[in-house]
Amino acid sequence: MESDLNKAYYKSERKTDWRDKLRKEIKSKDRANLTRVRMPEADPNIRNKSNIEVNKGLTLEMALKESHRCLDCVVPTCINGCPVGTNIPKFVKYLELGDIAGAAKVLKENNSLPAICGRVCPQEIQCEAECTYVKKMSKEGAAIGYLERFVADYDRENGESTLPTMAKPNGIKMAVVGSGPAGLTVAGELAKFGYDVTVFEALHDLGGVLKYGIPEFRLPKSIVDFEINTIKQMGVKFVTNFIVGKTATIEDLRNEGFMAFFIASGAGLPNFMNIPGENFSGIQSANEYLTRVNLMHGSNKNYDTPVHSGKNVVVVGGGNTAMDSVRTAKRLGAERAIIMYRRSQEEMPARAEEIKHAMEEGVEFINLTSPIEYFADDKGHVNKMKVQKMELGEPDASGRRRPIAIEGSNFEIDVDTVVIAVGVSPNPIIQQSMPELEITKWNTIKVDEHMMTSVEGIFAGGDIVRGGATVILAMGDGRKAAKGMHLYAQSEVMAEA
Amino acid sequence: MFKIIDKEFLSENVAKLVIEAPYIAKSRKAGHFIILRINENGERIPLTISDADIEKGTITLIVQRVGVSSHKLCAMNIGDIILDVVGPLGKATRISKVGTVLCAGGGVGVAPLFPIVQAMKLAGNRVVIVLAARNKDLVILEDKMREYSDELIIMTDDGSKGKKGLVTQGMEEVIEREKVDEAIVIGPAVMMKFAALTTKKYNIPTLASLNTIMVDGTGMCGACRVSVGGKTEFVCVHGPEFDAHKVNFDEMLSRLNAYKDKETANYQEYLKELELVLSN
Repeated sequence: MESDLNKAYYKSERKTDWRDKLRKEIKSKDRANLTRVRMPEADPNIRNKSNIEVNKGLTLEMALKESHRCLDCVVPTCINGCPVGTNIPKFVKYLELGDIAGAAKVLKENNSLPAICGRVCPQEIQCEAECTYVKKMSKEGAAIGYLERFVADYDRENGESTLPTMAKPNGIKMAVVGSGPAGLTVAGELAKFGYDVTVFEALHDLGGVLKYGIPEFRLPKSIVDFEINTIKQMGVKFVTNFIVGKTATIEDLRNEGFMAFFIASGAGLPNFMNIPGENFSGIQSANEYLTRVNLMHGSNKNYDTPVHSGKNVVVVGGGNTAMDSVRTAKRLGAERAIIMYRRSQEEMPARAEEIKHAMEEGVEFINLTSPIEYFADDKGHVNKMKVQKMELGEPDASGRRRPIAIEGSNFEIDVDTVVIAVGVSPNPIIQQSMPELEITKWNTIKVDEHMMTSVEGIFAGGDIVRGGATVILAMGDGRKAAKGMHLYAQSEVMAEA
Repeated sequence: MFKIIDKEFLSENVAKLVIEAPYIAKSRKAGHFIILRINENGERIPLTISDADIEKGTITLIVQRVGVSSHKLCAMNIGDIILDVVGPLGKATRISKVGTVLCAGGGVGVAPLFPIVQAMKLAGNRVVIVLAARNKDLVILEDKMREYSDELIIMTDDGSKGKKGLVTQGMEEVIEREKVDEAIVIGPAVMMKFAALTTKKYNIPTLASLNTIMVDGTGMCGACRVSVGGKTEFVCVHGPEFDAHKVNFDEMLSRLNAYKDKETANYQEYLKELELVLSN
């Protein structure tokens, strides 16, 4: 969070004439009496058979009305809730003024992927949770996420999209490993500082989890490509099919003139539960299932990649990835698409919106239940699972109540597809090729306050540092790392001079 | 963009492709593999690197026509472009001087065996090779293997070349005759299963290089998982080589068939379309 440094700046900006004038146009009391806008959504029984985006986005009229709810507070606590420090009141007030291009410019100052964040950020526990309405008035927070999405979409669709202000090219080469949210953020920031940036991506397509993980109905791929194109227009180069640590080592790239590196290779290895029968075919990780569908177009018969998605699908887990998987299964024709979670709905890490959407679409929830064994037909394909009821005990290290098995509560469910979405562990490839890189006991890479690893000039961020986290936290790391890399490069240049 | 520089058929259904991939040519070691995608609609398929030329910046792949993707790949010609090639993937073979190394290759598994044979020989080992195939037309890389070995035994199912019999018979002949310090087996899963049972009888440390179904090949999806000594391992990042005596080959065989119905149906459809095109 960078807002502490900026308090004075926010205050002075709030006092600019146009904002003073806007505030005076409508009384705070009247603003507070407006009801929060509702996001228009596609019909659940239509959308669960197609890939259309579920949230349709606000109309201009709805967005303007919602912008009036923002009180333009003296202390903009909402900014504290944003991992990339977006100047929220400023963009919302530009919107209220009707200057959408101005609002978009404010968003882009701190965030190179606003149309993505407006869709996938958990605003309800970030900016919107810090809104004065929530904190002091027991009202629903300003719909900051919806407005962010509206402004970014409007700006994109109306061709007014402009590049951010760029420093003069300095000719210094910087390498970014991975083109997911953390990598894209660093690339964009470093390009703004004037660096010659190359992003190396292991897969054949760019975007990382934004492409292989998050489904089309939640984040259209055309939007991801648009944001990546903007970064390309800023001069960033992208190399696909290139695994740093394998295709070439960091040392090789240093010899090719790269001064500093940012490792954002993501959370690689999917976790399994190590229970009997888990390796039967038809049982797959959420990463495999979603990659086959999203990246490889496995459900489209014009593509060669097959995917197992049957009539009775159980997805094990309660996070956003589990929701993405189960909603995908429904769309691929599952008659029963079931979430199986070992705690209760209250403890589910998935966003409330995802759970609500899944329920509307006909997903069944079997909570307080956990698999203990799988069975297969004579071809080795899963056909049944044995599960066990759980009850909640005392809170564990995560602060959530620990699930405890209830003896004698076993029962069986017929299944033909199982998706395991119980988290991921960091990808081991970079560490395998660089033993000098210090790692934690969870195999994540250790970094200092500038996101620099134990090896000078090598920075890291996103899931390879955090384990499994969110898009916006990865982006926050990216912004911090870009500053760290800028400082590092400056000191290197000084030392050489 | 990865250009095909050279291509020839080693047998009716096995093609050798030389592909421009300078970075991979430079960084690959024995045991490594790549993943490729022919075109925008293609699937990602893992193939072991059979050879490389650093100066020319090329890698050599050997492909057997078994399904849609391999058929399409075998139909590509010199000058054609493969859209995506990524690697080298997996851990390299640990090469050291151990004494006598018995290398057994079955079918197209002989291709990935070659760089290991080469490295083992250059490390100063006595290298004895058993090459197995159904018949004489399917024996590949014989001359190259001979060049880097002290002895080469060929086994064919029908006796049309070398000796008649299975790979395990050739292996036992060697094991009963001389002290073998290490064995490496690469081939179809069934062949590796029985080759591993054979060396286990004699307590010979044995490596098997596994070729499972993969999607990304970088540890992300877990499609390639196998049980090794009761523990789940990912072939792409923990392998592809494992202690052959600990691999659960039956589970691996079953997982290799995970998409068989769909694959067979797609292949039949593809062949039918191909016939239509040809007859027109």
